[in-house]
Amino acid sequence: MLELEDVHFYYGRIHALQGVSLKVPAGRVVCLIGSNGAGKSTTLMAVSGVHAIARGAVRFEGRPIHGLPPDQIVRLGISQVPEGRRIFPLLTVLENLEMGAYLRRDAGEVERDLDQVYSLFPVLHERRRQRGGTLSGGEQQMLAIGRALMARPRLLLLDEPSLGLAPMLVEAIFGALGRIREQGTGIFLVEQNAHVALGFADWVYVMETGRIVMDGPPEELRRSPAVREAYLGE
Amino acid sequence: MRSFASAPLLGLWFAFLALPFAGWRGALWTGLACAALVAAARTLGRVLRAEPVARRLAMAQEAIGESWEFMLRGTRDWRVAALVLLGLVAFPWVLDRYKTDVLVVAGIYVMLSLGLNVVVGFAGLLDLGYVAFYAVGAYSYALLSTWYGLSFWPGLLGGAALAAVFGILLGIPVLRLRGDYLAIVTLGFGEIIRIVLNNWDDVTRGPNGILGIGRPHLGDFRFSQPMHFFYLVLALCLITMFIVGRLNRSRIGRAWAAMREDESAAECMGVNLVHAKLLAFAFGASWAGLGGVVFAAKQTFVSPESFAFFESVIILCMVVLGGMGSVPGVVLGALILVALPEALRELTLFRPMILGGAMVLMMVMRPRGFLRERGLRLAEGALPPGVPREEGR
Repeated sequence: MLELEDVHFYYGRIHALQGVSLKVPAGRVVCLIGSNGAGKSTTLMAVSGVHAIARGAVRFEGRPIHGLPPDQIVRLGISQVPEGRRIFPLLTVLENLEMGAYLRRDAGEVERDLDQVYSLFPVLHERRRQRGGTLSGGEQQMLAIGRALMARPRLLLLDEPSLGLAPMLVEAIFGALGRIREQGTGIFLVEQNAHVALGFADWVYVMETGRIVMDGPPEELRRSPAVREAYLGE
Repeated sequence: MRSFASAPLLGLWFAFLALPFAGWRGALWTGLACAALVAAARTLGRVLRAEPVARRLAMAQEAIGESWEFMLRGTRDWRVAALVLLGLVAFPWVLDRYKTDVLVVAGIYVMLSLGLNVVVGFAGLLDLGYVAFYAVGAYSYALLSTWYGLSFWPGLLGGAALAAVFGILLGIPVLRLRGDYLAIVTLGFGEIIRIVLNNWDDVTRGPNGILGIGRPHLGDFRFSQPMHFFYLVLALCLITMFIVGRLNRSRIGRAWAAMREDESAAECMGVNLVHAKLLAFAFGASWAGLGGVVFAAKQTFVSPESFAFFESVIILCMVVLGGMGSVPGVVLGALILVALPEALRELTLFRPMILGGAMVLMMVMRPRGFLRERGLRLAEGALPPGVPREEGR
């Protein structure tokens, strides 16, 4: 469904992505792990159109999408849960969710999706009239995911959804992501928390200084000494 | 008591500052006066913050806001709305010519501040050169009227359209800027327009201005009295309020709100930032253009003097004072800032001081303006610590 082929990107003179190639098959969960500054978030931003890549190709369902502006990419069915959640703090929870459906014109269907999000995260329904900024960190993450789902994406991009959350909340978030996967939505996840990532993904890519250094199913990576040492802390 | 210790220190500092131009004696008095003032202000602050007084002050603030909102809610009932409209229509029959004229000016400012509210309040783009678009509107009608004898109504549309074009011209280079940087560039833009008007003698006749601008006609009827302009401006204000209010609740209004809160997140939602920003600039500017045309037609004379930087500041104050983003709030802010200097006309000398003091007081007591934007009130003031606030708000 999503395919990156030899993608290069520069921040000024820094060669941040040095030929990244990876695939996210339809309806699957693919996870990109790596340490700080390896280029994980940059890879996501290259997909969502925030960064214009220097070389290579990004294809979605066979169609090249690099060079399209971010709003066009959302329109194609890729929505992003940005790093640090970035909910709208002064808008209410409901308004935040409505903003997620900004590009949609099918009001009835939007209403249905809103109910779906509420059943996925009941706490958002409870707090629907509260301002986004008043939610706790975990609730904000749920709001950010719910907001992205409101665009009814076929591929969901997530940037470190476990960041700064207590283990119990991480579990809740990933439980919800599991249900999203069951509905056939593809998930491309960037995660620093390798334990969580390996437990959830169908396929894992390992990134180091702008390159993919290893990939495989989670069981296989779990056996690799290099991964165990660098990412699982064993 | 710690806060009082700074009073003599501040006095000493001001005495030191005053020394070079006020001499020893002057410096001594300055220092003493400053120390006394600071001590007095601190005491006042303490009294105001003391439990019973603070509570009463908060209640008074709420009461002002509530009563205004009560009146607004009332206007949604058509009978009350009709009564209010009747009252407005009756104004020029009750008031003298001078006061009617002041109301016309106030009406023009209502249009201007509602237009700026679109840019600053809705879209969150700080514009310090807004008066430039007012100037574009006024001069475009002034020139079209004196050269080609263009009449007022097409001039109104032309002025608004031309101002919108200038809004986009300003918007394109500043697309990537926000906050302070945007403010500086817009400030520069405002000055450029004024300086061009002041120096392009062949076209604008420089500081002498343009005389003999045509007044509006409606068939055989000529607008000449303040009363006539009052009705014209009243109609335009009501139209502006209606459109701007609708706009806020529209799709583009939501896009602006999202952009104001967090640009990158708005982009992730599929908001086209380029379109949203240019639309905000163009839309805000077109209202300034409209106001400019009315101003030119009313005065029958325009000169660069009327479009100084201070005008931009005043219009921005109206928006901030009234409550950024709130249409009725901004209207109230504009009316107050036009009415207050008029009410203080006898106290010429103290006018700027009282005006400044009132604004400081206002911002301390009600930092989000008289009327906060609706919908943001439910969970007001409940941001827990550690919640990242986006810059520029």
